[in-house]
Amino acid sequence: MSSTFIPKPSSDKKQNAIVETVVESCEAVGRTVLSFFGLVGRIASFMGRSIYHCFTPPFFPSQFMRQLMDVGYYSLPVVGMTALFTGMVLALQSYTGFTRFNAEGAIAGVVALSVTRELAPVLAGLMVAGRVGASIAAEIGTMRVTEQIDALTTLSVNPFKYLVAPRILAGTLTLPILVLIGDIIGIYGGYVVAIYSLDFSVGTYLSQTWDIIEPIDVISGLIKAGVFGFIVTTMGCYHGYNSARGAQGVGAATTNAVVSSSILILIFNYVLTQVFFS
Amino acid sequence: MSPKNIKSDTPKLELKGVTKSFGDKHILRGIDLAIPTGKSLVIIGGSGTGKSVTLKCVLGLMQPDSGSILIDGEEIVGSSAKDRDRLMHKFGMLFQGGALFDSIKVWENIAFGLIHGRNIDRKKAREIAEEKIAAVGLKPEVADLYPAELSGGMQKRVALARAVAANPEIIFFDEPTTGLDPIMADVINDLIKDSVKSLGATALSITHDMASARKIADYVALLHEGKIVWHGAIEELNSSGNDYVDQFINGRATGPITRRVA
Repeated sequence: MSSTFIPKPSSDKKQNAIVETVVESCEAVGRTVLSFFGLVGRIASFMGRSIYHCFTPPFFPSQFMRQLMDVGYYSLPVVGMTALFTGMVLALQSYTGFTRFNAEGAIAGVVALSVTRELAPVLAGLMVAGRVGASIAAEIGTMRVTEQIDALTTLSVNPFKYLVAPRILAGTLTLPILVLIGDIIGIYGGYVVAIYSLDFSVGTYLSQTWDIIEPIDVISGLIKAGVFGFIVTTMGCYHGYNSARGAQGVGAATTNAVVSSSILILIFNYVLTQVFFS
Repeated sequence: MSPKNIKSDTPKLELKGVTKSFGDKHILRGIDLAIPTGKSLVIIGGSGTGKSVTLKCVLGLMQPDSGSILIDGEEIVGSSAKDRDRLMHKFGMLFQGGALFDSIKVWENIAFGLIHGRNIDRKKAREIAEEKIAAVGLKPEVADLYPAELSGGMQKRVALARAVAANPEIIFFDEPTTGLDPIMADVINDLIKDSVKSLGATALSITHDMASARKIADYVALLHEGKIVWHGAIEELNSSGNDYVDQFINGRATGPITRRVA
């Protein structure tokens, strides 16, 4: 005699609850994935529009010059101080480590290569993200909230051309210059510590620095800086332009601009290093 | 369409079945409106009824989901960027909060559209800006101040001067008297009326200030839940026989217009 298995009601409920939980989890994952790709698409579209407007007239040279000053000139003290102390600390730390292996002679090379290849572009990028990215997002976000961006449109001025393009161009062009200055200051920081604190000879330190450094070391850092400048200004513009209403919206735009550009700088630093030196 | 081809009976601005939704929230449910050339239409209605969205759709700041918006008989929904840019030259806009650019001086704000949108040289643009500053009753020295240095009423006057600086054919006013004391509100209403009349412009305003509507309107339309529930001449407003209009213009809490508090 065959018998049909009839599950108990309590076991049914348990099964249903498990299925519901699994379905809800899958939905949540799906929503997150879709929203992530949606965000990536919106940012890519924003970048595309921005690049297009960077190279098509009309141009706003006065806005571009203002941004050159804001992004470049006014970031110089921050980038300079960061590079100086980074170079100094690097020389001290290298000395502490390298004396264990009697490799003090490598300090000049380590300082020069670390500063030019990695530290100057990455730290300058992060400092500019904090200073300029936040300020761009706050300024454009406030303009969005107070309808100034809508006002631009009604006055027959394309907001992308007037607000976004000058900032992106200024960021992409000035960060390499800042990093070049940062390279010099950073290496000088290491030199000062090596000569005045660690008793290296001037001639030896300079010749070791000069011998080890190759054009690609500096150029790769400058290309990285250009990419980071583009990332910082684009993220600042994107989050400001799409800022939600109210003070909270502008605050969130500022935070998102700094966080997203900092993360992208670190990701692209790896990618570019892989491209240049693998 | 060239101005020569515009028929005399063609409305300056016409909306036909304009709809707009955000997700499952239907803001505009088929707006039909027409404004004859040289006339002033005021859209009244409570907060959240779709007045600003209507204005933004006409200005091209938002794209309607369906329907048609015609300027001098020319369709602007889905028009090319070049056509829209050309049509935008016909527009002037006074924003609710002024929307003045705080990083530039008052005269540069007024001349902004002339310099950057119409390529007029700065000297000539400054002259026009100074004329407009005088026309809205401000002293000449205001020209070199920044917007943050002005009172709310003065900012509104500057915003009005900017809206009319390029002698637009259609002027839009978004809540022009919001945030002003009754006397300053009346001054702004007079300035709006004078500016529109002297330019021979067509005007579309949105407001919930009935004193303002009575002063500047030739025609009034009442917007409720995304639909025009009444429209007619300003003289007919008090005797409209429409329950929505009666409740709104008398400011009664009870009537067909219900307000969700939560």
